[in-house]
Amino acid sequence: MSQTSTAPAPTGSSAPAPRRGERARRLPNWSPWAVFLGAAAVVGVLWPVFDLNIALFVLYTVVLGTLAVYLLTRTVEGPRRATDRLVTCLVVSAFGLAMVPLVSLVWEVVSRGAARLDGEFFNSSLVGIVGEGGGAYHAIMGTLIITALTTLISVPIGLMTAIFLVEYARGRLKRAITFLVDVMTGIPSIVAGLFAYALFAIFFGPGIRLGVMGAIALSVLMIPVVVRSAEEVLKLVPNELREASYALGVPKWRTIVKVVIPTSIAGLGTGVTLAIARVVGETAPLLITLGITNATNLDAFDGRMATLPVYAYYQLTQPGVPPQFATDRAWTAALVLIILVMGLNVVARLISRFFAPKTGR
Amino acid sequence: MSSTRTTPPSPAGTGRSVRRPGDRVFAGTAKGAGILILVILAGVAAFLVVEAVPALTAPAEDIPGGGGLASYIAPLVFGTLLAAVIALLVATPLAVAISLFIGYYAPRRIAQGLGYLVDLLAAIPSIVYGFWGIFWLAPKLVPFYQWLERDLGFIPLFAGPASTTGRTMLTTGLVLAVMILPIISAISREVFLQVPSLHREAALALGATRWEMIRMAVLPYGRSGVIGGAMLGLGRALGETMAVAIVLSVSGGITFNLISSGNPSTIAANIALEFPESSGIDINTLIASGLALFVITLAVNMLARAIVNRRADFSGAN
Repeated sequence: MSQTSTAPAPTGSSAPAPRRGERARRLPNWSPWAVFLGAAAVVGVLWPVFDLNIALFVLYTVVLGTLAVYLLTRTVEGPRRATDRLVTCLVVSAFGLAMVPLVSLVWEVVSRGAARLDGEFFNSSLVGIVGEGGGAYHAIMGTLIITALTTLISVPIGLMTAIFLVEYARGRLKRAITFLVDVMTGIPSIVAGLFAYALFAIFFGPGIRLGVMGAIALSVLMIPVVVRSAEEVLKLVPNELREASYALGVPKWRTIVKVVIPTSIAGLGTGVTLAIARVVGETAPLLITLGITNATNLDAFDGRMATLPVYAYYQLTQPGVPPQFATDRAWTAALVLIILVMGLNVVARLISRFFAPKTGR
Repeated sequence: MSSTRTTPPSPAGTGRSVRRPGDRVFAGTAKGAGILILVILAGVAAFLVVEAVPALTAPAEDIPGGGGLASYIAPLVFGTLLAAVIALLVATPLAVAISLFIGYYAPRRIAQGLGYLVDLLAAIPSIVYGFWGIFWLAPKLVPFYQWLERDLGFIPLFAGPASTTGRTMLTTGLVLAVMILPIISAISREVFLQVPSLHREAALALGATRWEMIRMAVLPYGRSGVIGGAMLGLGRALGETMAVAIVLSVSGGITFNLISSGNPSTIAANIALEFPESSGIDINTLIASGLALFVITLAVNMLARAIVNRRADFSGAN
């Protein structure tokens, strides 16, 4: 809006007369809003006639308003400004459209999931539960254990790879690893699961389900994320710090451990937290490597384990005879999952805000 | 490691630093981690191939469906590509518009917050998208599909009969579109922000309107970035599993009919649905289809990265 209102007054004196007249004709800044209000009123009047619902009301209002703004601007200000206004309307509507899934999804999950967000959900497993009650204690514990195990595998490998890429690697090997890490971020999660299954099936025979298999599958997904974020952060450490350390005769590895990593610790923490948030909601690889169980199994090296996303999936797709109770549990599991992921995102932001290195004054 | 060895200005210093055990161990560990990445990627391919071999060599009647591996995988590949292409066609224009809105239309003060909102879409687990798709989106689309069948039924895509549950290929494509929206918009936003401000100011100084400035200065500069982002989104849509497994109602083979309840499955969703109840040669067949998915996504991602990196080279030269 602001740019259309900047009146090109100084050029007016030297410009030919007809163009000056054309430029002077401007719609006031509030005119698009007024047009859209008018469109809403017109569609609102037509509501009973065409039996509209809220979605169609918004749709018709936006279409009608956009058309009206375009035609009005075209007659008053000319085709160029009309196209500009048209694109503005389209771009704003596109953003509005993208917010629909986000808002409806969060609303849906919260309103449906709140019903079973009680103590029993967090305290009991599904052993001996038919119908009402029961909880996801076993699934929540499983998710925590698998995620911790995944982090334990991924962070050292990812961090050391990032250090290698930033501090040591040169030439073709560096290019190859950087490229392959990028490619690895695109591995479909189900393929990572199949890889872990194939790996263990070769050594332990077919039909194997273990917690650690899930952790390995998730590591395949998490390592590239850790490498990418850690690499970006390590690159930001100023070279002066490294050189100052070398000048004092500090060996390279101690420079990295004592200077580079402490300087970038906030960014590393943020990156690792976001990487955890990325894998904690993964379902597909866990579905085929861990399976599901109703009992609590806390040993990642012995048999099937339940995890929250897989639990939600099975509660939804195989709900049992009165489906309502299992469906409720599924929604609550989805809600807990979203809270977990959003919480991790918030933690990541807090880490980057509070642990950022103090800049020199 | 090479840098400590190839810096000969002070012989005494380098001689000592090379022999430091700490340095050698640390550098070796770092290098080992880097090489481990290569090993993992090669391992993924190798183990999938090893487990897929029994299905590749098995007689045709042993494969589920009885028609051999190719006729088992073909409809899955078709379904995967169809869903991903729908998602891409819907998401790309929307993502470009969103990044333009955040970069050039929204008030500067709230633009970053709006960008964070869009990124939140990426943080939501895919299974929750499946829940949302089957309980919220699909029922809401049923009247729309009935309208499509009634008024646009002459187009083969909307031939119907319209699904009464809304669990159609088009719904699946729309859910996938929402899921890849943040990926494409994040990358487009990044490249749009890198457009030199001199280009934009020059266009505005010549009297261009905001849209003309975007068309002349921003879009040509960001084109390859948008293409690369769209291909990364395509890679994600191809491999998306749970949302498709929950939303899509599967029965029947290859069809372009987007609004009926008989749809081909996708590779990933088919694996998720069949794997827990499978054993023996069925497992090998599923792994073979997973290998096909791996190869497809690998090709798409490599192409996407090559495009994005080429653009990065250009912008470095500017």
